[in-house]
Amino acid sequence: MSEETSWLLGRLDASALPFWDALQHPTTPNVVNAVIASGAGAMVLLGALAAVVFLTWTKRWRWLWREWLTSPDHKKIGIMFIMIALVMLARAVIEAVFMRLQQAVGLDGGFLTAEHFGQLFTTHGTIMVFFMAMPFLTGIINYVMPLQIGARDLSFPVMNSISLGLTAAGAAIVMVSLILAPFSTGGWSGYPSFTESATNPGAGVDYWIWAVTLSTLSSTLTGINFAVTIYKRRAPGMQWFRLPLFTWTALCTSILMIFGMPPLTVATALLALDRYLDFHFFTVDLGGNMMNYINLFWAFGHPEVYILILPAFGIFSEVFSTFSGKKLYGYGALVIATMAIAVLSFTVWLHHFFTMGQSAHVNAIFGIATMLIGIPTGVKIYDWMLTMFRGRIRFSVPMIYAVGFILLFVLGGLTGIILAVPSVDYQIHNTLFLVAHFHNMLIPGLLFGMLAGTNLWFPKAFGFRLEERWGRRAAIGWIVGFMLAFFPLYALGILGMPRRSAAFFEPAYLPWTMAAMVGAVVILFAMLFLLIQLWVSVRDRHANRVPGGDPWDGRSLEWSIASPPPAYNFPVIPEVHSRDAYMRQKETGGGAHPRPDAYGDIEMPASSAMGPIIGIAGFLMAFGLTWYQWWLVVAAGAVSLVALIARGFVRNATRVIPAAEVRREHEAWIATLDSLTPITRADEQTRANRGLPASPIEGAVQ
Amino acid sequence: MSSTTVKHPGLNLGHAHGEAHEASEELVFGFWVFMMSDLILFGLLFATYVTMLGGTAGGPGPSELFELKSAFIETTLLLVSSFTFGMASLALKYRTDRKVLVAWLIITLLLGLAFLAHELYDFHKMFSEGGVPSRSGFLSAFFALVPLHGLHVTGASIWLIALLGQIAVHGLDTPTKTGLMRLAILWHFLDVVWVGIFSLVYLGGTA
Amino acid sequence: MSHRQLSDEEAREKAQELKTYLWGFGLAAVLTLIPFGLAVFTPIATATLYWVIGVCALIQIVVHFRFFLHITLSRNTREDLQLILFTVLILAIMVGGTIWILFNLYYRMMPSMVP
Repeated sequence: MSEETSWLLGRLDASALPFWDALQHPTTPNVVNAVIASGAGAMVLLGALAAVVFLTWTKRWRWLWREWLTSPDHKKIGIMFIMIALVMLARAVIEAVFMRLQQAVGLDGGFLTAEHFGQLFTTHGTIMVFFMAMPFLTGIINYVMPLQIGARDLSFPVMNSISLGLTAAGAAIVMVSLILAPFSTGGWSGYPSFTESATNPGAGVDYWIWAVTLSTLSSTLTGINFAVTIYKRRAPGMQWFRLPLFTWTALCTSILMIFGMPPLTVATALLALDRYLDFHFFTVDLGGNMMNYINLFWAFGHPEVYILILPAFGIFSEVFSTFSGKKLYGYGALVIATMAIAVLSFTVWLHHFFTMGQSAHVNAIFGIATMLIGIPTGVKIYDWMLTMFRGRIRFSVPMIYAVGFILLFVLGGLTGIILAVPSVDYQIHNTLFLVAHFHNMLIPGLLFGMLAGTNLWFPKAFGFRLEERWGRRAAIGWIVGFMLAFFPLYALGILGMPRRSAAFFEPAYLPWTMAAMVGAVVILFAMLFLLIQLWVSVRDRHANRVPGGDPWDGRSLEWSIASPPPAYNFPVIPEVHSRDAYMRQKETGGGAHPRPDAYGDIEMPASSAMGPIIGIAGFLMAFGLTWYQWWLVVAAGAVSLVALIARGFVRNATRVIPAAEVRREHEAWIATLDSLTPITRADEQTRANRGLPASPIEGAVQ
Repeated sequence: MSSTTVKHPGLNLGHAHGEAHEASEELVFGFWVFMMSDLILFGLLFATYVTMLGGTAGGPGPSELFELKSAFIETTLLLVSSFTFGMASLALKYRTDRKVLVAWLIITLLLGLAFLAHELYDFHKMFSEGGVPSRSGFLSAFFALVPLHGLHVTGASIWLIALLGQIAVHGLDTPTKTGLMRLAILWHFLDVVWVGIFSLVYLGGTA
Repeated sequence: MSHRQLSDEEAREKAQELKTYLWGFGLAAVLTLIPFGLAVFTPIATATLYWVIGVCALIQIVVHFRFFLHITLSRNTREDLQLILFTVLILAIMVGGTIWILFNLYYRMMPSMVP
């Protein structure tokens, strides 16, 4: 490479192409792996190309920029977060299927090289945690939480847009690594000394570091934004113990984000210093100590687990109470349990490295702390069951996920208690038992929650219900597929099969890996059903519209407004008098949709290009750092600095919606409501459901 | 104690500032939460520093590299700058002549820059004595912790310059005022972190 | 309202707050001078010196919070105080835990890392 190109491209050259190796050394395994890797890269390219063509064809670039990318509206930002999550979910599930396939045929070999397999489990884990789970829950909280507390937006709408930009940049970095390979092979936890430059000098680990760093920054900002919103923007009368439970879990999650993300920032930053500037934090020589990294990583890692799981607890609480037609049993206990879990989650991180070599008494103390978390979690399980007890349960899609969650999550929790015993952990750590355990927590405990939440709130966001039949097939597919794919891994773990093995030589493993493979295929079908569900729902949207805004006879404030809600959410900020504020409003004489005495002008944040600017600059910085293109790093860094300073000089960052317009829109909606026929809960899943439930006095039993 | 309703950490502007006082509640609280997150970051770097104290790998250690004299000069510069920012906050709150406010801010800025210059000079001297981060784990930990504080001071100085620009362009309107109040919190906060640094790193290292 | 007209009440408040900053500055200066002075000029035992440095630092941090950041015990700043206390709790868990775990490891496996 000439002097000039290396200045321009850094260490990026043709060998980064996914098929380069196969061209150089065309052995059979190399060719097979190159075909798979190039296929994945081509998918990314084609997908991006298709999006560009579609936007140009339909002349929607302007619309995309003005209505979506620069919008400070928490609802739109939430939807964009969820779209990132779904795209990344699709990729990571496909990767999972490849891993299962490899292990199903992996006796004495398999078809993937160890290098390729390593990239698969690293991207799978990194994506699922940072670019599927985090954006999914951030998106749902973004959309729902301000509506539940009666606010018009988050406290810092432009910062919210910047958070979205940073997450999108991180996700894009992971995607680009398919085209300009490789990604890290160090697992989602990236332990040194394997990830140090001495052992791993390529671009892979650097991709991982910067993708994760972008996601961490995004989550820290998001956490601050959510927490301040819940502290400062509650509607009048929305006291702490009147908050819907989902908002409580959102608050605890955001506090965990604020305090749990810094350890990861430190860990990845120090690893980057080691790799880029020859520091010696985690190296094997010159006074470095890799155990420091492991400690820091899990000081983040364990709070992270509860960042992921608490919002799902909140969603399930809403689901159980809504679809049982009862108020939540043990609200106070649930709130206290949520807070207890949040605090305890900071005290248990050592159980991720019981075998690192510390004294038995240290292990014992952290083991006991771990088991303690089972208590508040158990309280929650009982509260949910008692919420269903004697309720009029409707088995709609969110409820199927919720029931599946309870059964599977309890099992996963039990295996967690087993793993919390250090002496047992010594036997089964680093085996597939562990893999089975945390998938058993996160698939029912996170993904089911997010999917239930999507089914629950989709009609609020888009104005029509999701189709039920395909939704049920997807839910059952996920539950069955999960059991088939992961229960065998418990057995494999006890048989001693190490995690992250590209190949194995023990025939006794084979039946179990085959069974797990079948489960993975079922999950793939469940993904397909989700797509079909979305497709069918969009196709039949006119028949399933819910202009009334309240398709499930909901209990909290988000159901009191139109579907989709106006940009300002509430024409007049509601006043809250009790828990389950909207249900109370429906029960009492005032009526579900009272006309306010007067409307006022509403001041909303104006659009801002800060999110896309910081997102693109962040992506370019990460890309430049990965490939040593220093000019790009400096340029992109300068752009973000200038943008941030210039933003400080902007005045008039708001726009005003006049009272007359608010009145017109609200009155139009009330007129629509008058034209709707109320339905009872029995007709909820029929096309008669127009989003207006019969009033509790004449209809449903409480 | 005072007629000002306290809405957030740091000096509160009070009702005389109407809109700015109202607007500051959410902004300053949000910034305060960010400071707490940042505090965890520094806390962990302190912890890392302590765990790396033994990792000198035969290279120079604290007693060979650190000088109490320059640490004391840096401490003084930063403490005085914290005080002068306090004077600027008072000038803002009690609507003293704008020139006075700007003068206090510029003094603060100069003190901050002097601190940075002195710190850079210190690092330069350490480098020339073989105290480079690639030498040992201990030096790595030092050069992650102390320069990160320096980077914060740099960022705060850039912000201060930007705010002086905003005062010149827009005058003392609500966004400028709330910006100054948040920067004040950052500035005082950096002094708190420095207390940790001079006590643990410099005094602890040479004692 | 012109910038020079302060009501009597405001003038009193201003004097009071100026005094707060002066007190803070004075206390912080003293609490800096004590450990520096002891470290440089007196030959006291290292262990005692560590204690003095630590205690002075803790008091000085409280001084900064009280006099410069205006965190008080009054009712309407409770939220901020609670936030600080929660942060201190998390810091104690994380920093204390880290040091405990790693030094435990050092004693068992890497005695060379103990300073």
